[in-house]
Amino acid sequence: MERNGKHSAARSDHIVVRNLSLGYGERLILQDLNFSIRRGEIFVIMGGSGSGKSTLLRALIGLVEPLAGEIFYGDLNFTTALEERERVLRRIGVLYQGGALWSSMTLAENVGLPLAEFTDLGPDEIREIVSLKLALVGLKGFEDFYPNELSGGMRKRGGLARAIALDPEVLFFDEPSSGLDPVSARLLDDLILELRASLGATIIVVTHDLASIFAIADRALFLDPERKTATALGHPKELLANSTDPKLRLFLTRGEAANEEAKP
Amino acid sequence: MTVTSVLSSANTRQVEITRDASLGLVVSLKGRWRIGRGLPSVEGITDRLKDDSRPEKIVFDTTGLESWDTSLLAFVVRLIGICRQHGIRVETEGLPQGLKRLLELVESDEDRSAPNEETVSKKTEFHPSLLERVGLRALGFYATWTSLLEFIGQVSIAFAKLLLGKARMRFSDLVVQVYGCSARALGIVSLISFLVGTILAFMGAVQLQQFGATIYVADLVGIGIARDMGAMMTAIIMAGRTGAAYAAELGTMRVAEEIDALQTMGIAPIEFLVLPRFIALVVMMPLLCLYADFLGMVGGASVAAGVLGISFRAYFHRTAAAVTLGSMLGGLVKATVYGVLIALAGCWRGFQGEASSAAVGSATTAAVVDAIVWIVVACGMFAFIFRILNI
Ligand SMILES: Nc1ncnc2c1ncn2[C@@H]1O[C@H](COP(=O)(O)OP(=O)(O)OP(=O)(O)O)[C@@H](O)[C@H]1O
Ligand SMILES: [Mg+2]
Repeated sequence: MERNGKHSAARSDHIVVRNLSLGYGERLILQDLNFSIRRGEIFVIMGGSGSGKSTLLRALIGLVEPLAGEIFYGDLNFTTALEERERVLRRIGVLYQGGALWSSMTLAENVGLPLAEFTDLGPDEIREIVSLKLALVGLKGFEDFYPNELSGGMRKRGGLARAIALDPEVLFFDEPSSGLDPVSARLLDDLILELRASLGATIIVVTHDLASIFAIADRALFLDPERKTATALGHPKELLANSTDPKLRLFLTRGEAANEEAKP
Repeated sequence: MTVTSVLSSANTRQVEITRDASLGLVVSLKGRWRIGRGLPSVEGITDRLKDDSRPEKIVFDTTGLESWDTSLLAFVVRLIGICRQHGIRVETEGLPQGLKRLLELVESDEDRSAPNEETVSKKTEFHPSLLERVGLRALGFYATWTSLLEFIGQVSIAFAKLLLGKARMRFSDLVVQVYGCSARALGIVSLISFLVGTILAFMGAVQLQQFGATIYVADLVGIGIARDMGAMMTAIIMAGRTGAAYAAELGTMRVAEEIDALQTMGIAPIEFLVLPRFIALVVMMPLLCLYADFLGMVGGASVAAGVLGISFRAYFHRTAAAVTLGSMLGGLVKATVYGVLIALAGCWRGFQGEASSAAVGSATTAAVVDAIVWIVVACGMFAFIFRILNI
């Protein structure tokens, strides 16, 4: 597991997490997390069901307050600088598991809202950018549909269009491939890679979809629910090749590792 | 080999227990096992385990088993549990292949994902005494009130920001909300206030007729409606209509992570969602109340004209003399305050509590109940204050 000295030492570190402990009420979920996410990388948070992936993601975007520890965005202490939080958040895009489109607004209004709130663009320009963003995610022509008139996968892509409306520096994805068919899931992976290439955004993905972990991750963080902390960090292929942690091997091989060992 | 008891033979399901010198206790499972017939008891076997000739292990024989489902699994799991207590080994070899797999899954889950002790004890073994329950209730009550105060604080800050021109609120949202709590509420407000006007008139007429003073029905209805009933009836309608809608909308948005999405975009949900709802209701309530006052008086006039033979002209002349501007304004002030209370109850309950669909239902109920209780309490306080101020 990687150690961080002074967080501002490395220019390339975008998000730094130090001694972070998370929990609900008195129940501890994760403790002593120490890692950093580099600018422009695709960082995967992986682990079994209930290991606290979503909790960690929610902490990184300020929806769960940590029990202890700190999160830095660049040099800014996200945990304590409540005043500046809004500024950080404006450069963040989040794709929620179900898309989380605002149900009282059309797709175009959903994608256009951040543009209308945070830029000086006029309505026509907004409309233009909105159709661009929708075209990026393959939803051109659905501008005037309400979220309840879209399928689950379409809502998710709509949520992505909204998340990238302001060309964010950091993009968070919560289980992007859940509820998608294999081909759409694959297309979404490609889209994630392209977004990184074109926007240069730092991308953080919570997932337990192995195919997508191996396809997109620059580095992956493995959460172990029994030890309640992260037990491995690295490129998934290297982790698979080098790690001796049986739980991680089991995870990365879909449980095949157990059979391997059992065989002579 | 000695064959013994038949434990359960509901229809064709059978459990036979044999003692075998070399094998220990042999449990023979026979027939069709269907969960629809309930779970077989293991008591017969438990008795056998307690006596002195305690077997060393239990084995299963399923040669006579025709079909099985969860009922068999439950039976075997219970049996294994009991044997563990008595330190008896259970050999599962004789069980059907599928059942063995299910058993493995159940067992592995038990040691893998059992939540740690604190959570278990918190959830299952907590049977508080009366005193503890009173204490917990008090703590819960305290938590509710602090959450309400916190919410009021947040809304006040949002209003302050609005006045400074720094709040994030869309005018189009305000228009939608105003429409929702005015134009769309007119029908029901008209109906109820007209009827309340007629009811008041009838009630007054019965008494006043005895003194031959029926013209004073206009005073009674006019003052009653203008000072209290107009505002009160409007408020109760709006609590059930708009207050409930606020709680349900906001609660559902929370469940679908829509509020999270606003927050992580740097848009404060209180400003964006609560301000337009508050403003809409607080501005529209006095207008609705004015409208309700008018229709209530029309209701009274209809009864006066139809039943008591008082002309519309005379009725309204009398009303105009009786209802002072003070009582009229008093009613409007009350309506405004009720509007604040309804919006507060609806939005607060929508934001409070868990994010689950069950919680949305109870939040909606709570919003209506809170709003009506607060309205009635406020009405009492107004009566007191107005009396002191001599309005
Ligand atoms: N709002 C909450 N209140 C209390 N406990 C919670 C809450 N949300 C999650 N938990 C607990 O936190 C733990 C981690 O949950 P989390 O949702 O982060 O897991 P996850 O890794 O995202 O799992 P999955 O892959 O199934 O989505 C779980 O044990 C869960 O019981
Ligand atoms: Mg999750």
